[in-house]
Amino acid sequence: MIEQSLIDLWHGFGVALEPHNLMWSFFGVLIGNLIGVLPGMGALSAISMLLPLTYTMHPIPAILMLAGIFYGSQYGGAIGAILLNLPCHPPHAVTCLDGYPLTKMGKGGTALGITMICSFFAASVGIIVMIFASPLLVSIAFKFGPAELFSIMLLGLLCGGTMSQGSALKGVAMTVFGLLVGIVGTDVNTGTARFTFGLVELSDKVELVALALGFFGVTEFLRSVNRMQVVGGGVSVRLRDMRPSKAEMKQAFFPMVRGTLIGTLFGAMPGTGPTITTFIAYAVERKVSKTPERFGKGAIEGVASPEASSHSKTQVDFIPTMTLGIPGDAVMALILGALIIQGIQPGPQLITEHADLFWGLIASFWIGNVLLVILNVPLIGLWVKLLQVPYRYLFPSALFFIAVGVFSTNNALFEIGEVLVFGLIGAVFVALDFPVAPILLGYVLGPLVEENLRRALLLSRGDFMVFLERPISATFVSICALLIAGQIFFAIRRSYLKRRASSQVNQDMPVNQDA
Amino acid sequence: MAEMETADGSQQRGFINKYNKDYYAGALMLFIGLGAAYQGSRYSIGTLSHMGPGFFPVSLGVLLALIGVAIALGAKSSVPPGPEKYLAPEWRGWICICLSIVAFIVLGKYGGLLPATFAISFISAMGDRGNTWKSALGLSLVMCVICVVVFWWALRMQFPLFQWG
Repeated sequence: MIEQSLIDLWHGFGVALEPHNLMWSFFGVLIGNLIGVLPGMGALSAISMLLPLTYTMHPIPAILMLAGIFYGSQYGGAIGAILLNLPCHPPHAVTCLDGYPLTKMGKGGTALGITMICSFFAASVGIIVMIFASPLLVSIAFKFGPAELFSIMLLGLLCGGTMSQGSALKGVAMTVFGLLVGIVGTDVNTGTARFTFGLVELSDKVELVALALGFFGVTEFLRSVNRMQVVGGGVSVRLRDMRPSKAEMKQAFFPMVRGTLIGTLFGAMPGTGPTITTFIAYAVERKVSKTPERFGKGAIEGVASPEASSHSKTQVDFIPTMTLGIPGDAVMALILGALIIQGIQPGPQLITEHADLFWGLIASFWIGNVLLVILNVPLIGLWVKLLQVPYRYLFPSALFFIAVGVFSTNNALFEIGEVLVFGLIGAVFVALDFPVAPILLGYVLGPLVEENLRRALLLSRGDFMVFLERPISATFVSICALLIAGQIFFAIRRSYLKRRASSQVNQDMPVNQDA
Repeated sequence: MAEMETADGSQQRGFINKYNKDYYAGALMLFIGLGAAYQGSRYSIGTLSHMGPGFFPVSLGVLLALIGVAIALGAKSSVPPGPEKYLAPEWRGWICICLSIVAFIVLGKYGGLLPATFAISFISAMGDRGNTWKSALGLSLVMCVICVVVFWWALRMQFPLFQWG
């Protein structure tokens, strides 16, 4: 089986190295890197802005480009975090903790170099895991019926809701909201128009791009207009600075390996976001370290491990997305949406039916990561300049690109209105401390969940036991139950501890806040 | 609790503060959930073995409403530990951003791509206090040039530069 994978991978390299595929991959990496560097813009906005461009393209270059944008922007986010202490990309917020102190010590270049090496290493490991794990997963995946698909999607949604930042309950609420948004449109089985509010335009579902750009573009602008503080410049990074010394390499090696392992583990788990992964990698590194007091003051391990984990997670994330059709996080949900738009149904058949696409994508990861390294070495100076583009110029131009990008999805102005509506809804949600990323996950999975639930219950004649009688499905359902039970347990324990702590605080100092 | 009262007293200027945030959040979810369930119940619900189009929306709506209640009930225990930074409402920015998108839609329909481009970048740029009308003008002219070169000339978008209706 593995031999077959290696032969397929060889073909994949052939596909990915075809000149026009390579060109789109390069373009994606470049644009992704460019947009990722800009403050306040992340992988999500980058992918959704360029998604309309791929509608007319052949599926393979389209997916290669989107994947390129994804890891390109991830890399760009690290640059902003390390050099300017800008945590605009939540997964890289933790990199700021040690990356920026390193910059202040004049070692920003080294930190970037380490990041680059770690990303490359982690991505390579992730790719190897993909090569070995996906045929295995496919052989299991063929045993998946509607009941199994429903249970694993349930698990993915639950993980996506509870593992996002903030209150788990609010995350789940947003997932359900996303599922509801996914219902909008014409029901495939009966042709009933649901939740269309009498608008003909909505009978063809809510536009994915409009949803993503509303929640991650406009909401973000509404939140940070006139509030974004520009951090002072004066950072210069030369090529020479980027090469880490032998001692630094040695210091970063094991954190890199550990980070990669954590990322691989979390990537295989559907629904766990990238932010939680990097934070856990950092926490583990701090626990393991003999000198935890150095963390936060410029420890190279604190950069190496989270960055490695985020990149290996990115790669491994593609396994559940492509083979089961279950996206790991919001970005994967977007890529899944792009696949479906291209008429490719993700699932166990994908690897056999679209072998060129799947293995071409894997090969392109490797090529894309090499491109990233090559690209970043000469362009680092340019990125640093870009980081200093004032927000007051940035968001109006981004708004224009959003409007034009959304218009081009259907050549209609209606979708731009959707962006505004979702942006406003998102702003209200964010003001109330709701995480918005699960909405996208719910929206993409919604129709699939409903379809599989219907089918499973149709086959079992309305008996819910079908989800517990089949072993694979029962496993997922019991993990779901454990997850919920765990959340309830932690919530109760937390409130108990807090009550004890606050009663102590009140005894010690009656008025402790001067705010 | 004494701690709560002092903070409440000083944070009254915020319509949404950290103590009643969860009540609003729960109420909003309850409202959306009930609305969805009500609307969903008007489609045929069917039976478990033959679900109608209304089954899934109704069950999601009920679930969301229940979660909303749970969020509101848990409001007291989930008070964030540190004092939160109070953010003043940013009406100028908010209004300008929303207005600029509306302007793009209206001018896109009755005017064409170029006026719409100018409007969206100029109006939204005016939302930032750091921009003068001159810098906003400069930015929007640059955007117009990009629009003509990239979208109209290079990508041949199906959107005439000028049109009426």
